[in-house]
Amino acid sequence: MSVLSDQSTARCLGFVTALKRALLSALIAFGLFSLLIGIRTDTGPTGALVLSGRPEALAIIVGLVFAGAFVRELVIGERSIALTQFVPPALLARAQVLGKFVGLALLGFAILLPIVFYHDRYLLDLGIMILTYVMLGWGLNIVVGLAGLLDLGYVAFYAVGAYSYALLAENIGFSFWLCLPLAGILASFWGILLGFPVLRLRGDYLAIVTLAFGEIIRLVLINWQSLTHGPDGITGVPRPSFFGLPFNNDDGSFAHTFGLEWSPLHRIVFLYYVILVLALVTNLVTIRLRRLPIGRAWEALREDEIACRSLGINTTNTKLTAFAMGAMFAGFAGSFFATRQGFISPESFTFTESALVLAIVVLGGMGSQIGVAVAAAVMLGGFEFFREFAQFRMLVFGLAMVTIMIWRPRGLVATRTPSIFLRQRRDIDAELVRRARTKTWSWRRARHD
Amino acid sequence: MDYFFQQLINGVTLGSIYGLIAIGYTMVYGIIGMINFAHGDIFMVSAFLGLIAFLALVAIGVTAVPLALFLVLLIAMALTSLYGWTVEHFAYRPLRRSFRLAPLISAIGMSIVLQNYVQIVQGARVKPLPPLIPGGFTLVDDPSFPVQLSNVQILVVVTTVVLMAIFSWLVARTRLGRDMRACEQDLKMASLLGVNVDRTISYTFVIGAALAAVAGIMHLLYYGVIDFYIGFIAGVKAFTAAVLGGIGSLPGAMLGGLLIGLIETMWSAYFSVEYKDVAAFSILVIVLIFLPSGILGRPEVEKV
Repeated sequence: MSVLSDQSTARCLGFVTALKRALLSALIAFGLFSLLIGIRTDTGPTGALVLSGRPEALAIIVGLVFAGAFVRELVIGERSIALTQFVPPALLARAQVLGKFVGLALLGFAILLPIVFYHDRYLLDLGIMILTYVMLGWGLNIVVGLAGLLDLGYVAFYAVGAYSYALLAENIGFSFWLCLPLAGILASFWGILLGFPVLRLRGDYLAIVTLAFGEIIRLVLINWQSLTHGPDGITGVPRPSFFGLPFNNDDGSFAHTFGLEWSPLHRIVFLYYVILVLALVTNLVTIRLRRLPIGRAWEALREDEIACRSLGINTTNTKLTAFAMGAMFAGFAGSFFATRQGFISPESFTFTESALVLAIVVLGGMGSQIGVAVAAAVMLGGFEFFREFAQFRMLVFGLAMVTIMIWRPRGLVATRTPSIFLRQRRDIDAELVRRARTKTWSWRRARHD
Repeated sequence: MDYFFQQLINGVTLGSIYGLIAIGYTMVYGIIGMINFAHGDIFMVSAFLGLIAFLALVAIGVTAVPLALFLVLLIAMALTSLYGWTVEHFAYRPLRRSFRLAPLISAIGMSIVLQNYVQIVQGARVKPLPPLIPGGFTLVDDPSFPVQLSNVQILVVVTTVVLMAIFSWLVARTRLGRDMRACEQDLKMASLLGVNVDRTISYTFVIGAALAAVAGIMHLLYYGVIDFYIGFIAGVKAFTAAVLGGIGSLPGAMLGGLLIGLIETMWSAYFSVEYKDVAAFSILVIVLIFLPSGILGRPEVEKV
């Protein structure tokens, strides 16, 4: 009898505490959102701001926070939650094996997409956009995921690639296929040029410097009017040709040579395959490089820079190659972007773009190739299908970045498998790190005792 | 010479605003060694809070400008502190023991969130505020180029100086300040000696946000327009100021802020307005490469 009443008292107490905490959360939420969500400012007819209330929106948000906090307190309470509580570890282990098949399936889908949905121009354009970001993500993955250097100005190299092609085509008349390698070389040259002085810096300083470089390049593109036409951008960037055969309705064009009826879709499909091949090349090079000494040096660098230096690895050169390699792929992607759009302006190369690519890499899991591809497809594709929520895109990306860092810092789908290992290949996950830490700690304590 | 003198006044005003923001960066970096990338956006949020609070006060009949401004300052400081606290609590605190880059990535995420949140709830257009504090003094009555000191500029500089004095007192003389200095020297040791580290870090974020809120209001009064993007540029410049002065050093942040304000103004006045942001970013790069410990900072020892 007494046991029962104790239990019910405890439950009652838990209920009251949860209610109290949820009320506190709601109060904080009210403080946070009262002015910014509760009151709307619009520009009135005289140009001055006019206020209007938005109490229902405020009430909904605060109510949601209250309900969320209450449920969270009741269900979870003080305990911390781990992913393994929801997903059994065995399933996570199997997910790795599954990852391979998913990768192959995705590849197959990507190859077949233009054949199956040949007439769906919208879908093809979306596919091209996603593949461009997949390629950028894979390129940035070399820098961030493998070498562990946080590059916040990645879009600068994308811009270098795009402008290299546009300017070379405009001023000298070079074709896309000639400019593609040139753009990559120029971008990686810039990567080396910018990287050389700054790569001695520590992780977060490096990140800020790359951010500054990215902004400097964009501001120069805006202000160097005589070369870049400033904010107006460059129009009429030439389209690519198929081994010298242009995609138009003239004699000697692609359609005529192959006896096909001319269709604007030929070019789109061609562009789709170009970016698919470029992205796959990026992936292949990354996978191969990981097995070379330089790739191993990158991974070692990511784990511990000081240990790396103690073992005789030239950290500056190692960082520089990662930086240049990442920049090169951004350069390729940039010149592809220029030829696809036919128009480029500094608007396309803002910090938001860098942040978007970084978010894709972070969500996919730094160092995981398949993860980056899935993240790009899900996030960008998802928002294309829910057009009405497009304005929430970056908000969701930002929230996802924070959440991923807290719950699953190695990425949503990714597990970080080391390329070299002792005895048994196993993932470096939070659990392993924790175990290793407690082990060394208890060992240390034992020694001191 | 008059032209130079005028630019000096403008530069000091701008520098005060940067200095106030820079303190938030330098304190957080000093204590937990992370770059609070979202701090610039906290500044931006505070400017919006101030603007809306002011308009709301006018709407309910508080029309006396000094009283309204005082209330706006209090409201903005309180609510911005709440933002600072919330950001620390949800986005940074769980990451204390995570890997090296995790807090920075989380901070970038938070910065994106704040920017887009304000853009969604308040719109992307610039928000104007009519000049509230008109008038000023003409210091040099040269007909070709009169040197002017506006009342807003006086308010900005005086407020900054007063806040700096209060803040220095807080760090040097109070219990909280002592805890903060202890945490800055050695987080683990401080916690072993009974300093509530989590609470001290929370207060650090709250104080940083409150100072950023003052900077936000000053920005609003000085320029009269704000948009959701002001936090990014101002944040990078204030961070540059913190690094230039020596990150982790409080007088350094103030000095760095003044220097950045002056350099930016002089650059715009004598070289080119278009490249003023390039100048600020270049200084950041140059300082980080050649003088990473800043003017007043200590060189950092790399620990294994």
